[in-house]
Amino acid sequence: MQFGIFTVGDVTPDPITGRSPSEGERIAAMTAVALKAEQEGLDVFATGEHHNPPFVPSSPTTHLGYIAAKTERLILSTSTTLITTNDPVKIAEDYAFLQHLSGGRVDLMMGRGNTGPVYPWFGKDIRDGIPLAVENYHLLRKLWREPVVNWQGKFRTPLQGFTATPAPLDGTPPFVWHGSIRSTEIAEQAAYYGDGFFHNHIFWNKEHTEQMIALYRRRFEHYGHGAADQAIVGLGGQAFMAETEAEAKRFFRPYFDNAPVYGHGPSLEDFSDMTPLTVGTPEQVIERTLGFADYAGDYQRQLFLIDHAGLPTDVVLEQIEILGREVVPVLRREFERRRPAHVPSDPPTHASLVAAGPDSPHHLVAPAQVSETVGSAS
Amino acid sequence: MTRRLVVISAGLADPSSSRLLADQITDAVRSQVGARGEEVAVDVIEVRALAHDLATMMTSGGIPTPALTRARDLVSAADGLVAVTPVFTASYSGLFKMLVDALDPDSLNGMPVVVAATAGTPRHSLVLEHAMRPLFSYLRAVVVPTGVFAATEDFGHAGLTDRITRAASELAALMVSTPNAVGGFAPDLAARPRRSGSDVPTEVTPFEDLLRDHSG
Repeated sequence: MQFGIFTVGDVTPDPITGRSPSEGERIAAMTAVALKAEQEGLDVFATGEHHNPPFVPSSPTTHLGYIAAKTERLILSTSTTLITTNDPVKIAEDYAFLQHLSGGRVDLMMGRGNTGPVYPWFGKDIRDGIPLAVENYHLLRKLWREPVVNWQGKFRTPLQGFTATPAPLDGTPPFVWHGSIRSTEIAEQAAYYGDGFFHNHIFWNKEHTEQMIALYRRRFEHYGHGAADQAIVGLGGQAFMAETEAEAKRFFRPYFDNAPVYGHGPSLEDFSDMTPLTVGTPEQVIERTLGFADYAGDYQRQLFLIDHAGLPTDVVLEQIEILGREVVPVLRREFERRRPAHVPSDPPTHASLVAAGPDSPHHLVAPAQVSETVGSAS
Repeated sequence: MTRRLVVISAGLADPSSSRLLADQITDAVRSQVGARGEEVAVDVIEVRALAHDLATMMTSGGIPTPALTRARDLVSAADGLVAVTPVFTASYSGLFKMLVDALDPDSLNGMPVVVAATAGTPRHSLVLEHAMRPLFSYLRAVVVPTGVFAATEDFGHAGLTDRITRAASELAALMVSTPNAVGGFAPDLAARPRRSGSDVPTEVTPFEDLLRDHSG
């Protein structure tokens, strides 16, 4: 099972000091988080993509390329890559290039983006969010899998005799996740292609997460990629830890109370009840996280949101240390203990996809086995 | 078959005149449905009791609390709705609107509704027509022709009772009616399904349909 960090990349003032990091300081802090994640034995670093302040990560492959050069093992990923407003041709080329730079340590997570004005800035309309995600991702799959692409869609200028360059490393496209909090169409998309489905999890109640993942698992099986419990699931999580629950809450409360998204709203205690947020001891975080599998099923990737809300970088790095030394080793052991033998521990990696060979379903643009009559979704 | 009536009352005081009006309308609906040979089960949603839940939902990116989830499920499962708000600053109260904002946009499709309001002066009576009725029309509810407005002085006049009876009668007729068109002969746009928004839909559009015209 893979464990890691996902970052939003927000520039938020520290509510204790009132000081905001500069953009340069924030980018350096995100880099430090990634390097620390590898150092502490975590598996994945995923960065958000934004094109509006107060967020800095507008250029994920630039950042991930730099991190790739500084790391050996870490899988570089996104949370999320905007499949709606980015040109799929540039996504295909940027991430194939990153595969080559990093020796295949790349996967990525598709997301639509929920900031309305970003769409017109890139010549798109948020009301086309789902059709954009559907069309652009299908083109992206072709670009990574067909040496010469002829294409005419609704949103992008047509392609005639186009070859994306470089081709994916070892002729093997990166594994893809699809992230969505509420859109069933995206769970359906992930299931159709046999891709991974990631639920952000931390901004919604668990009953909802459970239903979204159940839908994805059912449809993954329907499309012939394996049994429902073999579908590739990732979850977000959010934690802050100290030696005692009281100390963790004392330190984290002002950051919670002023955080983007939920600050000045529900209490820390209410939000901890409503969502997976756990502020307490490492043991409490372990217990809560293990409980995710009770409603999501045995899953393959757990990402934690750690570096946000203006938390000082040294505190964030210390949190990653606690995760790597006290939490994740126990989670690895306990998640494997409960996992049935036929359920994969890890999501596909570059090595496993290469090993599966050129005839594996991963190399098909549309690997779903569709046997249903049209319109009778089961 | 028992019909389910949900009453939304947004008064803030206890006792509140909005609740008083809501109860009078409820009793009238019960009588009118009873006169048509059916029974009524009533659930009252006191919006004041959900004030914290609504604030939480609005400041957490939309996470519904358990109490709000119950309220939303009740509303969408109803056969008829009575919505009563006090008039605050020339419109429905902010708290009343927060509850309506917390409903799924498809939660009231085709829902028979009586709109009602209370105020200190009859000069606010058109709030029903310029605020309440368009609000529910937007949500594709079926607002009955008679709205019930009660200024303080109306609680001493028989005219209020008459209006309540008329509105209740109009609502009851819709609550006990059965669709009489033969299915399949014309598209039934009013049949757009209602959903509370609490649950992820179990029916999905098959991906081939989403991909159609987008596969290059």
